Amino acid sequence: MKVIIAGDGKVGSRLTKQLTEEGYDVTLIDKNPKTLQASVDTYDVMAVNGNCASMDVLNDAGIKDADMLIAATGADELNLLSCITASGLNPSIHTIARIRNPEYTDQVHQMRNLFSLSHTFNPERQAAREIERLLEYPGFMKLDTFARGLVEIVELRIDKDSKLNNVPLVKLDSIVNCRILVCSVLRNGKAFAPSGNFVLEEGDRIFVTAPTSELSTLLNNLGFISKKVNRVMLVGGSRISHYLITLLLRNKINVYVIEKDLAKCEELAEKFPKATVIHGDGSNLTFLRNQGLTLCDALVALTNYDEMNMVISLYAKSSGVPLVITKVSNINTAELPKELNIGSIISPKELCCDNIVRYVRAVRNQTGAAVAIHDIADGQAEAIEFTVDESTLHVGEKLKDIRLKNNILISCISHGNRIEIPNGDSSFNVGDSVIIVTNGDSVLYQLNDIFA
Amino acid sequence: MNYKIIGHIIKIILLVEAVFMLPAIAYCLADGDRTACVSFAVSIAIILAVVALLHFLCRGYSDKFFAKEGLITVGASWIFMSIFGALPFVFSSAIPNFIDAMFEIVSGFTTTGASILTDIEALPRGLLYWRSFSHWLGGMGVLVFILAIVPLSSKGSGYSMHLMRAESPGPDVGKLVPKVRSTAKILYIIYFGITALDVFFLMLGGISFFEAICTAFGTAGTGGFSVKNDSLMSFSPYVQNVCTVFMMLFGVNFSCYYLLIKGNFKSVLKDEEFRLYIGVAVASTVIITINTLSYYGTTGEAIHHAAFQVASIMTTTGFGTVDSDLWPALSKTVLLFLMFCGACAGSTGGGIKCGRVVLYLKMLRQRVAKALHPDRVKKITMNNQPVNSDVLSATGSYLIAYVLIIIVSTLLISVDNFSFETNFSAVMATFNNIGPGFGAVGAVCNYSGFSMFSKIILTIDMLAGRLEIFPILVLFSTQTWKND
Repeated sequence: MKVIIAGDGKVGSRLTKQLTEEGYDVTLIDKNPKTLQASVDTYDVMAVNGNCASMDVLNDAGIKDADMLIAATGADELNLLSCITASGLNPSIHTIARIRNPEYTDQVHQMRNLFSLSHTFNPERQAAREIERLLEYPGFMKLDTFARGLVEIVELRIDKDSKLNNVPLVKLDSIVNCRILVCSVLRNGKAFAPSGNFVLEEGDRIFVTAPTSELSTLLNNLGFISKKVNRVMLVGGSRISHYLITLLLRNKINVYVIEKDLAKCEELAEKFPKATVIHGDGSNLTFLRNQGLTLCDALVALTNYDEMNMVISLYAKSSGVPLVITKVSNINTAELPKELNIGSIISPKELCCDNIVRYVRAVRNQTGAAVAIHDIADGQAEAIEFTVDESTLHVGEKLKDIRLKNNILISCISHGNRIEIPNGDSSFNVGDSVIIVTNGDSVLYQLNDIFA
Repeated sequence: MNYKIIGHIIKIILLVEAVFMLPAIAYCLADGDRTACVSFAVSIAIILAVVALLHFLCRGYSDKFFAKEGLITVGASWIFMSIFGALPFVFSSAIPNFIDAMFEIVSGFTTTGASILTDIEALPRGLLYWRSFSHWLGGMGVLVFILAIVPLSSKGSGYSMHLMRAESPGPDVGKLVPKVRSTAKILYIIYFGITALDVFFLMLGGISFFEAICTAFGTAGTGGFSVKNDSLMSFSPYVQNVCTVFMMLFGVNFSCYYLLIKGNFKSVLKDEEFRLYIGVAVASTVIITINTLSYYGTTGEAIHHAAFQVASIMTTTGFGTVDSDLWPALSKTVLLFLMFCGACAGSTGGGIKCGRVVLYLKMLRQRVAKALHPDRVKKITMNNQPVNSDVLSATGSYLIAYVLIIIVSTLLISVDNFSFETNFSAVMATFNNIGPGFGAVGAVCNYSGFSMFSKIILTIDMLAGRLEIFPILVLFSTQTWKND
């Protein structure tokens, strides 16, 4: 399938990496020849230098034969124009545009119809939602939602005094006392699917499938004090802050926003009268303490600089803030040293790339495509949700009788609203949705790909 | 540096080479020539032994390679390929001296067509086939061939582009389609298609299949090895004309053919390099025709020979229908100029390449404009696209390296005490991958008279010319072998 990516920035290059690895024909358009050259040297792609809304440039990139255009430049308006032009040149093309200006958020649905966009994405908004969910369940490093919010895959770190330290997986049930399944373990930077005899050790990061309704039980039994977050400090008044403040205020959480730029402060104060907007330098640690950092239940570092966010988070952690979330934009989260104590890490570009890759796969494979897709274990494993339909093989058979490919795990089956963590006697029926975890390189396009 | 991946790629290249020796064995068997047959079998056995050794040494290679590894892989592969490609000549005693055999096969792989053999027709058909086939494989490039058939780097990574860039001729090597592998495939399909067409038209001229494919290999790679002592002189004018047309076709940038297949005729006709190529060819033919009119009976015959010779030299093939050494000075000078100019970038031809010539002319114009208006800002464009300044400076340095190598090589081989015309044209003819020069290396002569030392120099020149200097230059640079 031929995909054109306009804008070789943070999202564009991450998408290029993922899509070329999956074997798509990718053509990149960007205004900067230097970044293009770097991409051509690293990935198997073709590059066209120029403005992605220009017809000549789009023609050079082969828009007439392309199946999809993903417009991910920094400017919403350019992305829109590029998609509209592309649809004009090739009416059957799928267009995906990044629209992230909060002022356009409410009209995105209308825009999709008006401009015949197939899909839009907003990394900042998605990141805000993710942060909200992490604030809802403090204790988990990361949450990925499946089955319309009924199932989560959560990440836990095994600390020295954790109840799970030195516990073999077979005894896990008796400790947590709820229905969970460990679907992937990340030890020494390598992800693998553990067997029952596997013993957890300090420093392991485990990825656990659990019904959303039992998350609180899980947290309690693991000894996390699941105190509800009441007071959150956001450092940096970026786009994510806009979206996040809206969500947090809706949950009646006290929000303190620290922003260096006075004009931005005024804008925030005008838009969110209920939030406490503080004008000051968030990288000044004394200043943060004076603003009541230690009283906060959580701190979210959202400035535009990754380095600064990390320093702020390190400081917050050492000041005893229970829950710290760090946003990174440029850094590849998988490459960060895991000893770094900066709490949960949120990468907007990685979140939205998962989303787009899912859409691309769905276009490629009209039926039986993935409903949701999340990278877990630093991108070494993938959790994918599929719906079982008439074409699915082995419907109704017991799992112990079905042979799966290597490194594939069925981690959850949801029969309507009933969530089942499967064992050998479980089976799936038409209409169920299943969550598959793959700890390998193989790409799953449809559910039947898992069977050996 | 990642030595293991370099070893791994060389292993695949040698394996491919061994496979391509098999048709030669078939010809030897058909002729019942036992010595030739055994020499190929022994060569293949040695290659397989080396492949096994490399396989053992390069276990667990990582697939990361960068520009440096790309250049070294290409340079080293060509040298290895030539060393083992020379073995059948040595074992069959057709060319008992290894240096001579190396000269012959490097001349083949680099599509030069310069020979040290005095009696070509005495060679067994298997060896003649192998000699001509080396043109075909070397023309489009053996690494491009491997890129088309084996996935070298892990899925989605662009590292293999470094190989293609290092092997393919031209100032700015780009892709036709997003994937390197598909690009390499398209190139080879076009290459194979036109070669097959060439064989077909040659066969219509009534020559045998063996002669037709060997001549087509020589034409396709713009090489110039023929199966006859007198090159193409004894073939019918029809066969010679077919060769003229196909030599010109193989001198065109292959991306033009891709554009034609996609129905984009306009871009091809507007291509500045293509226009220069055709323009120079037509102008040279006209000049030589007028200049040599008195040598031939009719205007038609003069055009026939002029066009053939222009196509042969410009595309750096080096076939001959007449002894151009006997032509008047003007015609010979025009031919010498064509040796510099060469064919298009992205073709199988050698020389500086028309694309670079276009850039040099434009850079010169820009300099003049700058001299007149020092503050003037002027961008150099090619086919209405701005040319990257990196490409421009690389093109500039290319000319410096090009001139330097010609001067140094001419100096080195002049110890053999041939005339200046012979020495200079020998360097020009080998470095630009043409084949015959003037004087003692003219169309009806060969390179057997040179000393071993000169033959080694000319062999290196051929490799440097085919790979556009830098992959060979880095092998001799101390910077390359520093640990870092």
